[in-house]
Amino acid sequence: MRFMMMVMPKGYELAAPDAVPSAEAVGKMMEYNKSLQQAGVLLALDGLFPPSTGARISFSDGKATITDGPFAEAKEVIGGYWIIQVRSREEAIEWAKRAPMSNNEIIEVRQIHEMSDFPEDVQKAAEGFEDPRNSAAVKA
Amino acid sequence: MTDIHRTIEAVWKIESTRLIAGIARVTRDIGIAEELAQDALIAALEQWPDAGIPDNPAAWLMTAAKRRAIDSLRRGQMLVQKHEEIARELEFQQQRLADALDQALDQVIDDDVLRLIFTACHPVLAVEGRIALTLRLIGGLTTAEIARAFLVPEKTLGQRIVRAKKTLSEAHVPFETPRGDELRRRVESVLSVVYLIFNEGYTATSGGEWMRAALCDDALRLGRILVQLLPNESEVHALLALMELQASRTAARRGRNGEAVLLLDQNRSLWDHAQIQRGMAALEHAQRLGGGAGNYALQAAIAACHMRARTAEETDWERIVLIYDALLQISPSPIVGLNRAVAVGMAQGPSAGLAALDRIAADPALAGYHLLPSVRGDLLMKIGRFTEACEEIQRAITMTQNLREQELLTERLKQIEKAALSA
Repeated sequence: MRFMMMVMPKGYELAAPDAVPSAEAVGKMMEYNKSLQQAGVLLALDGLFPPSTGARISFSDGKATITDGPFAEAKEVIGGYWIIQVRSREEAIEWAKRAPMSNNEIIEVRQIHEMSDFPEDVQKAAEGFEDPRNSAAVKA
Repeated sequence: MTDIHRTIEAVWKIESTRLIAGIARVTRDIGIAEELAQDALIAALEQWPDAGIPDNPAAWLMTAAKRRAIDSLRRGQMLVQKHEEIARELEFQQQRLADALDQALDQVIDDDVLRLIFTACHPVLAVEGRIALTLRLIGGLTTAEIARAFLVPEKTLGQRIVRAKKTLSEAHVPFETPRGDELRRRVESVLSVVYLIFNEGYTATSGGEWMRAALCDDALRLGRILVQLLPNESEVHALLALMELQASRTAARRGRNGEAVLLLDQNRSLWDHAQIQRGMAALEHAQRLGGGAGNYALQAAIAACHMRARTAEETDWERIVLIYDALLQISPSPIVGLNRAVAVGMAQGPSAGLAALDRIAADPALAGYHLLPSVRGDLLMKIGRFTEACEEIQRAITMTQNLREQELLTERLKQIEKAALSA
C-alpha cells in the first residue's frame, strides 16, 4: 500500500517567496531521504514553494475566485511530501516518526487510493483517462 | 492483534535487517545473528506494551541484542572464538564482544546489509531456502507471513529456515561480499531469488488466487534496496525495471469478477503510469550502464514495448520479435521460444507463428506445459482450423491447476466453438 507523508513546516504559512531551508536542515533531510531509499520504500518526493508564491482558487455558486498567497487564515500548510510503499499504516507512521522535524512541526500520513479500492461504477467512470503517458520517460 | 503489537511489528519491519546485519558482522553467522535479534524482539514484545515505544526503537533493540549476546557468551556459548577459556580470558572476551557489537551496531553500514543478502542467497542453499531466508532476513517478514504467501504450512516453512541456517553454518559460508567473477555469479543468484519471489506473487502456481500483490511489493522493495547497494550492476537496475513494468499492469489483470484478463485485452487506462515511468527510468539506467543486452534488460525491453503502445493494435511486434531473438541468443529456453512464436504470429501472421511454434514443440521441456497447446489453439483458430483449435484448448485445460487460467481457457473454447458455427 502507498502512503503520502505531507510535511507541514512551522512558519511556512508566512514564509517569504524566496525562503529556503538552511543547509543544515537540508543535510539532515537528505540523510532521512537516503534511509527511506535504502529501505526500498521511497517512490517519490518533492518540496513545494511557500504559499506566498501560490494561489487559492475557491468555488462557490459555479464561480471560481482567486486569492493570492500568503493565506491569512491558514495555520498549517504543506511544504512537501514523500510517497512511500509500505505494508501497513503503522509502518507509514513509524517512518514519519523518524523524520528530522523540529518543535511544532507536523507530518500527516494518508493512504493513497488504488483504482481497485473503488466500486465498479467509479472504475468505469475512470476508464479511457489518458494518463500523461506521452511524457519523455515513456516515449524513450 | 492490538495496536501496540502492530506498531512493534512495523518497527521490526523497518529495523530488523540492519539489526541482523550489524550483529552478523561480529558473529559472522547469520543464524546466531538472527536469533539474537529475535531475542531483542521478544524483549520488546514483553516490555513495550507497558513501558511504551522508546524514542529510539532501533537503539533500544540493538542494546537488547547486545545484552543477549553477552549473556549467551557468559553461559559459555562462544560466539566469536570457540575454545575453552579460563575465567579471565572469558571476561576479556565479553568486553571485546561488547565493544565489537557496540561498534557494529553504532554504525551498520551498507556493506553489512549486502553481505547479509549474498549470504541468504548463497548457492549452497536450496532455492526454496534462499527465498525463505531472503524474505525473513531482508524482507522483514515473519515465518507465518512467508508460509501464507507460499501456501505451505507454517511448520514446514519454519523447518526450511532452520535447515537453511544450519547449511550455511555447516558449510562455513563466510559473511562477505564476493569479488571478481564470483560477484557476477552471486549477483545472478540474488536477482533470481528476488524475481522468483516477484513471480510467486504475480502468478500463483496453483489455487484460485491469481495474484498476491503484497509479495510483488516485497520483491519490488528488495529490488529497490539492491539498486542502492549495487548501483553499478546494470542487471540489478534491469530487474527492477522488469518488475515495475510488470507490476504496473496489476489493476488491469483482473476483471470485474476476479477473472484473468490477458495483456492484449487489458484496459490500458488501468495501468499505473507512475510505475511505468519508474520502470522506464530503471531500464534506461541499465542501458546507460551498458547492460542493454542482459537477460533482465531484454525482458524489460519487451515489457516496455507493450507499455509504450497506446492500444494493443499499436504494439510494435516486429521489434518484440527482434528482442526475443536477442534473448534466445543469450539464454536459449523453450519458454522464450514459445513467447517468440506468439510475437511472430502477431508480427507476421498466424501461419508464420504456427511454423515458429512447430519448430520448438518437440522440446521435452515443454511437455506438460499448458501454454503450448493454448498458444497453438489460438493460432489455429485464427487460420480457421477450428476443430484442431478446440482440441488444443481442451488439452490445455487439463494441463493447468490454476483455476483462473482454466476459466480463461474455457471462455476461449466457447469463443472458438461460436466462431466455428458462424464460419
